[in-house]
Order: sequence, then C-alpha cells, then structure tokens
Amino acid sequence: MDVNKRQVGDVTILDLKGKITIGSGDVQLRNAVQEVINGGATKVLINMFAVSTIDSSGIGELVSGYTTATNRGAKLKLFNLPSKVTDILTITQLITVFDVYDSEGEAVQSFA
Amino acid sequence: MTEEYRFHLAIGSRFENIELVQVVLRDCLERLGMEEDTRHWVDVAVREALANAIKHGNEQNPSKQVHVDLAVEGSELVIQVEDEGVGFDPTHLNDPLAPENLLRPNGRGIFYMKSFMDDITYGSGPGGGTKVTLRKRVPGPKTDSSQEISGEE
Repeated sequence: MDVNKRQVGDVTILDLKGKITIGSGDVQLRNAVQEVINGGATKVLINMFAVSTIDSSGIGELVSGYTTATNRGAKLKLFNLPSKVTDILTITQLITVFDVYDSEGEAVQSFA
Repeated sequence: MTEEYRFHLAIGSRFENIELVQVVLRDCLERLGMEEDTRHWVDVAVREALANAIKHGNEQNPSKQVHVDLAVEGSELVIQVEDEGVGFDPTHLNDPLAPENLLRPNGRGIFYMKSFMDDITYGSGPGGGTKVTLRKRVPGPKTDSSQEISGEE
C-alpha cells in the first residue's frame, strides 16, 4: 500500500492506495497515523478512494488509529469510501463509530 | 457429490504468501463463473483463514506450512485451510459487535469469514492443527475438467 501525506490548511490528509492487509498495508497505516499524530496533527482525514481491499487487520489499524487520535485530543475521519469498504464498516458496525464523508470538501469543512 | 474441480497448495507461514494463494484462488473463482462481488468476498474470507493459520496456528514459523484445498462439490465451493499448530477452540470467541468490543483492534477475522461465506466449520487435521472449512454456493462449474496444482514456496 502507498501512503501520501498532504496538508489542506490545518487538516492533514492521508491518501491511501492499494491493499490494507496483514503484514503490509496494516503496518504502513499504523505508522502513518502515528507519525502525523506524534507530529502534532489534530485534524486528520484518511482518503480511502484507492483502497482495493481491507482485511480484519486493516480494520483493526483503522480502529487503533481512531482510538489513538481520540486519546490524544485529535480527530480522525474518513472520506471517499469505496462501496466494499463501506460494506465492511457496515457489517462490523464501525460505520457508527467513524465520521464518514462522501468528498474531501465535505470532510475538510467538517472541521470548521 | 462429484468433484469437478480441485487444487491443493502448501505455503510457508509468511504473510506475503497469502498473495500467492489469492492469485490461484481468483483464477479458479473466475473460471467457476462466480460474479465479481462474490469473488471479492470469498477472496476476503480466505485471506482471513490464511492469516489466522499463519499468525495464530503456525505462529509465523516459516518452516511450518499452511495447506489449502479447494474443491467444487456439486453446486458448492469448499475451501479448507489447515495449519500445523496445536489446535484452536472456536467456542470461546468474543462478539466483535458487542459494544465493549467494537473498538478492539482485533477479533474480527472469524466474523469476516462467517459474514462472507455460507458456512464455516472448525476441526482438526491429522497432525492436530486447526482445519477450517469454508463453503460457498457457486452458480455451477464452467468446466468438468479435473486439475491438480501443487505448490511449495
């Protein structure tokens, strides 16, 4: 999985591309979220548009990232979910936990 | 029931080997005429079975193997994943949907499998390791040829 970090105002955006699966993408996701939170980011968005597969380890890392951010007084939100990622979050009921937005604009605006 | 299609794979206990199985599995599911969405969810379920076998069963010991058997029995796809670990008791599992477990980072693998397959059962292999059997109805095999594939990394 590839992770690209960028900044829109005071919002940090992580663009993910590829598989978030055990042994590869899950570790990269964990490291990317920890890096931005440790760097002081308090408004974090994850762009899921190009995520092709997410397994239970990947979901676990999303949950860990959410928990880490919340415990540090930051907010972590998701946007551009592919339908299969939405299905996974719905089945696991995590759709009720995460703030999810259809577009980057809406997601960024949610922090205003 | 008549078996029209089957393969066997044995992989070393490394997560990157999951991708090897996925390549073979995807080809098989496509040839069986399974629609794209169903192929994706079977792929996800098998990925979880393999991850559990490598991580929990074989404890990522690369000298231990994970055995994968796939067969079509009538209108049912049957996939068995067996590790060389010490076995597993599936009766004591946390409910990942319970409010107190919702934010736990782990414990969703078997839930994934149950969600995306028609049936999963646990048993023991001849060596005492865990054998999980996943079943999914298929639209019907496109071919009646039998095929054996063996692979070891």
